[in-house]
Amino acid sequence: MLVPLSWLKEYVDINIGVDELEEKLFSCGFEVEEKYEVGRDISKVVVGLVKECEPIPDTHLHLCKVDAGEAGILQICCGADNVKAGGRYPLALIGATVYATAKDHKTVEGVMTIGQGKLRGYDSYGMLCSGVEIGLTEDLYEGAGYNGLLVLPEDAEVGADVKPITGLDDWIFDIAITANRPDCQSIFGIAREVAAVLGSTLHEPALDYTETEVKKDGFKVVVDAPDICPRYIGHYVYDVKIAKSPAWMRRRLALIGQTPISNLVDITNYILNELGQPMHAFDYAYLEGDMINVRRAKEGEKIVTLDEKELTLNGNNLVICDKVKPVALAGIMGGLNSEILDSTNEVLFEAAKFMRDNIRKSSRALGKSSDSSARYSKGVDEYTTVMAMKRALHLIEELNCGKVSSTHVDCNTGNSIGPAELKVSVNRVNAVLGITVPTDDIIRILTGLNFEPVLNGDELTLRIPAYREDMESYQDVAEEVIRMYGYDHIKGTFMPTAQVTPGGYNLEQRTQLKIKRALCAQGASEGVHYSFFSPASFDLIRLPEDADERKAIKIMNPINEDLSLMRTTLAPQMIQAMQRNQKKGILSGRIFEIGNIFVPKSLPLSEYPDELETVCIGCFGENEDFFSAKGLVEAIADTLNIRFDYEACEKSFLHPYRTARILCDGEEVGYVGQVKYEIIDELDMRVDSFVAQVSLYKLVKYYGKEQTFKPLPKFPEEKRDLCFVMNKKVTCAQIEKAIYDSCEYVTDVSLFDVYEGMQLGLDKKSMAFSVVYTPGGEELKADKIDEFVAELLKELKEKYDVVLRS
Amino acid sequence: MADLNELSEKLGGIKAEIKEELSKLETSKSVFEYKKAIFDSKAGKVGSLMREMGKIPNEMKAEYGKRVNELKNWAQEKFDEMDAKFKAEEMRLKYESEKIDVTMPGQVRKQGFLHPNTLVRNRIVDIFGSMGFEIFEGTEIETDYYNFTALNTPDDHPARDMQDTFYLSDKFLLRTQTSAGQIHVMEKEQPPIKIISPGKVFRSDDDATHSPMFSQMEGLVVDKGITLCDLKGMLDEFVQKIFGEGVSTRLRPSYFPFTEPSVEVDVSCFQCHGKGCKLCKGTGWIEVLGAGVVNKKVLEGCGIDSDVYSGFAFGIGIERIAMLKYGINNIKHLFESDLRVLEQIRE
Repeated sequence: MLVPLSWLKEYVDINIGVDELEEKLFSCGFEVEEKYEVGRDISKVVVGLVKECEPIPDTHLHLCKVDAGEAGILQICCGADNVKAGGRYPLALIGATVYATAKDHKTVEGVMTIGQGKLRGYDSYGMLCSGVEIGLTEDLYEGAGYNGLLVLPEDAEVGADVKPITGLDDWIFDIAITANRPDCQSIFGIAREVAAVLGSTLHEPALDYTETEVKKDGFKVVVDAPDICPRYIGHYVYDVKIAKSPAWMRRRLALIGQTPISNLVDITNYILNELGQPMHAFDYAYLEGDMINVRRAKEGEKIVTLDEKELTLNGNNLVICDKVKPVALAGIMGGLNSEILDSTNEVLFEAAKFMRDNIRKSSRALGKSSDSSARYSKGVDEYTTVMAMKRALHLIEELNCGKVSSTHVDCNTGNSIGPAELKVSVNRVNAVLGITVPTDDIIRILTGLNFEPVLNGDELTLRIPAYREDMESYQDVAEEVIRMYGYDHIKGTFMPTAQVTPGGYNLEQRTQLKIKRALCAQGASEGVHYSFFSPASFDLIRLPEDADERKAIKIMNPINEDLSLMRTTLAPQMIQAMQRNQKKGILSGRIFEIGNIFVPKSLPLSEYPDELETVCIGCFGENEDFFSAKGLVEAIADTLNIRFDYEACEKSFLHPYRTARILCDGEEVGYVGQVKYEIIDELDMRVDSFVAQVSLYKLVKYYGKEQTFKPLPKFPEEKRDLCFVMNKKVTCAQIEKAIYDSCEYVTDVSLFDVYEGMQLGLDKKSMAFSVVYTPGGEELKADKIDEFVAELLKELKEKYDVVLRS
Repeated sequence: MADLNELSEKLGGIKAEIKEELSKLETSKSVFEYKKAIFDSKAGKVGSLMREMGKIPNEMKAEYGKRVNELKNWAQEKFDEMDAKFKAEEMRLKYESEKIDVTMPGQVRKQGFLHPNTLVRNRIVDIFGSMGFEIFEGTEIETDYYNFTALNTPDDHPARDMQDTFYLSDKFLLRTQTSAGQIHVMEKEQPPIKIISPGKVFRSDDDATHSPMFSQMEGLVVDKGITLCDLKGMLDEFVQKIFGEGVSTRLRPSYFPFTEPSVEVDVSCFQCHGKGCKLCKGTGWIEVLGAGVVNKKVLEGCGIDSDVYSGFAFGIGIERIAMLKYGINNIKHLFESDLRVLEQIRE
C-alpha cells in the first residue's frame, strides 16, 4: 500500500527521518517494500528570478539574466512562451538532473543532466524548467500542467531548492500489510500504528457535519442478506455541484497513483485510502422506487459495471439493487446505470460492511477486482464503516459540493462498534515470550494502542477497539507487547523445561537414504520431478486406454494441462529428463528419483489415496545396455540384502526383447528395460536409453532385515568352471536355478562367458558358469564334487538338453 | 682320456667355444637357451662331461671332477654375467617402451550425487535429530481440514489467499504447507512433541522465482513452559550449524494464522557478515524462515491442554536454503534433472 509521508503526517506528528521511520515500521511488523522521494530524479534545481529578458532576433528564444541566489546571475537561453522579467521559475543549474521530454513537451523520456549549452551562438548556463521537466503534473502542483515554464510563487526565495516549495521533497512508502491487520490497509490505520510506536499523539480526521432539514421521504433500505451484509448505511445528499476537487485532495490522490475525477467520486476514493472503507455514490436520479435492496443476485441476472462490461450473476453474488434492478455489484464495482455524471445533482452515499469471503469468492469467480474488492476481501470493520460515512459527509461540506440531508438509514445486525473487554494475565503474556517485560512498559504499549489497560494484581483488563478484530487472547496481547517492546529483547534459551526425546531418521527414512547412496555409488545422480504431470505422459509411454495407471487424480485448478494429473508412474518424467539432457548434448548419464505415485481408492476422491514410494532409474549412452541398467536395479537388492529374480516380459514403452519383470519372493516389484526406438525417435533422443522402476513400498517389509553371522566353513571352498552348450531358448536363470537345486552345497553360481557361433550351430549357444561348493560339517573331496557335477549334468541333459562343451 | 694335458686341452676348447658363442648372443633368452644346451646332461658340452667319469682312469677321477666343476662354475658365472647384462638392457628397453604421460587424467569410477534438496534435508535432519527431533513425513495429498481449518485458517480467512491452492476435490487438495503434518502428530501424540516434517508442497505459482512444487521442513515443539526465547535459542543454534559460526538471527513481526506471535526470521548475511552485499540486497540480513508460538486454538483443536503446554513451530524452505547455500540462481534448475546441475553440487 502506498503511503505519502505528508498525508501520514496529517494524523500523527513524525519528528524522525525517513530511514528511522522505515525501521520503526519494520520493527512493529510493517515491512516497507520500497520508499522513494517524489522528486528522486531531480537535483540542483533552484528558484530563479528573471532579471532581464530580451528576445533573440529571428527566433522564438529569449536571452535572460537569471538571479540564482548563491549561484550568481546566470545567462540562460529560454524557448518558453511565458518567460518574462520579474518571473520566478525552476532553474536547473549546470550538473542538475531533470526529466527529458519528447517533442510534445509532455512525455517523459528519461533523466538528463544539464550541461553548459550554446543556442544560436549564445551561451546558456542552465535551463529554466516546466512542471513536467521536474516531475510535476497539474494534480501534483497547480500550474504544473502548463506547456511552458512552471511559475513559482512570488514569495519563493531566490536560489532556494525548488523541492520543498513544490512538494518534491515528499516521500512515498510502499508498505506490506499482513493478512491479520485489515485495519491497517489505510493511511489512517498506519498512522495509528506510527503513533503507538513513536508514542506520539494521533489526530483523528474531522468527522463533523450538519444535517439540513431536507428529507427524502419514503426512502428505505431493505437488506435481504444480512449474513453477508451485516451493515449498510445510506445517506442522501442533494444540491450536488460536480466540480474539480481542491488541489490538496487531487495532490494526495495523485501521489498514490490515482487519477482525480470529480469532487464526489474523489471523496469516495479518498476515504477508501484514508480510512480503508470502500464507499460508493449512486446518482439518486437513476435509482427507481426510492429504495435500496441488498440481496443475492438471481440466477442469470445481468449487470453492466462502470467499466462497461456486462456480467452474468448467480446466487453467490451479492448485489445492491433499487426497486427494480441491480445498480452495483456489492463491494466490487458500481453499475453503469447509476454512475456519477457531471449532471448529477442528488446522490446516495453508501458505506457498508460485506463479508470478506463472499466478496473474495465473487471477485474471483467473476474475474473482476478493484481497490474496493481488495479491501473487502481482507476484511472491513463496522467501526470504520460508521466513521467513513461521517467523514464523507464532512468532506461534502468541506468541499462545498452538496448539502447533507437528514435522510440517514442504518441497517445493522446489532454488532457492537464499542470496545470489547479482554482480560489477560500479565504472567501468561510473559510466559509466551519467555522474558519479563516491565509492567510499566506493558501499560505504556497497550495505552499507545488504545487498549485502555487497567491493571489489578496480575490481571490486566483491556478495552479492545472494535477495529482490532484480530485481538482474541493473551497470545495476541503478547504479540502486541513484543512487537512494540522490540524483538531484540528476546534472548535465546534452549528449552530448559523440555523433556529429553530421541530423534533422527526412522528405519524407513534411513533405508531410503541408503538406497539413494547406493545408486549414487553406481554413478547415478538424484533428480526430483513434479508430483503432477501431463495426460500426454500416458500416450508417451503408449499405455493402453484401459490401463490402471490412467486412473489418475485430476487437479481441479491446474496451472495448465501439462501439470494437471497426479502421477501414477515415474517413467514418463524420467524419459523426458533423459531427453532434456540429450538435447543439451549430454550423451551419457544415469539419473534416479525416489518419489510417490498416487493411486486413488476411488474417483472422485472420497478418502486419502495411496501415496506409494517408488524409485525410478534412467540411464542412457553408448556405455549402457540392458545389463548395465539391470546392474543399477541389483544395487537396490544388494542394499536391502534381498534377491531379485527376473523374467522376460512386455511393457508398452519398452523393447519387446529387452525388458524384464523384477520379482522378489515371487511378487512383482518392478521392471527394467530399454526404451522403444519409436519413443526415442519421437523425442529426438540420440542414444539408447533405459528405464527401471521399482516399487519400494512393496519392499518395506524387507527393510532392516536382521543379519545373522554364519560361522566360517572349516574346510576350503571348491570351485568348478563348467561350460555348457544348449539351445538358445534356455535362459541363464533356468540353468542357474538348476545348478542351485542340484546340490545343497552350492553357494554361488556366476555366469562368466557366453558364446554363440557357427561352430555350435545356429540355434545353440554356450554359457560358462563358475560354481562354488561350500562344505558343511565335513570336507568335500574332489571325487565327491565330481559326483555332484555328474548328477547336475544328467539333470541338465534331461531338463534342457544341455551338454558339457567339449 | 689319456692324460691331464689332453683334459686341459679339451676343457680349454670348450671354454673357448663357450666364450666364442656367448659373444654372438644378444638376448637373455638366447643366453638361457644356450646355457640349457650346454648344461644338458646328455648332449650338453658341459653337462655331459660328468657322464664320462666312468671312462676316466681312477687315479685321474678326482682331478677330472675338480676340473669339470671348475669349468661348470666358470660357465655358470659367465652365463649369469651375460644374463644380468642382457636383462638390465632388456628391462631398460621395456621400461622405455612403457613410457607414459603422467600428466594425463587419472581414471575415476564415476559417481552420482544426491540432489541438493536431499543434502540440505540431511543436514537439517542431522542438526535437529541431535536435538531430539523425530522426522514425520505427512502425505502430499491432504484434506482442506488439515491444511487450513485445523491450522486456524477457516474458509473465510484471508490468509487462504496468501497461498494459491491446487484442489483435487471439495475436500482434498495438494498441501500448501508441511504445517499440515503438525495436526496429525498432535492428534496422535501427547507432549512432549518434537518433530520435523520435511516434504513437498504445492502452490499455484509458476514463474522465474516460483515453482509450483517445492519443499518445506516444518518443525514443531510442544512441551511445558516453551517460550519465544526457546524458539530464538533453537534457531540461533540451527542457523550457526547450517550457515556457519557467527551467524545470528533477527526476529521481526509477521503473520501466520497458526502461530501467535508470528515472526519472520532473518539471518545475518553469511557472505558479507552484515556489511551489505548483492546476496542480502544491501540490508545485511537474509530472510530464511517463518516461525512463531503455536496458537492456542491449534493446540486446543488437537486436544492438547493449552494451560499446561505451549509450543513453537517453524517452517523452512528447503530450496531456499539450497539456493542460498550453493548459490543456485534459478529454482527451476532443481527440478529439471539436468546432469550439469546434479553433478555439480556435492556433499
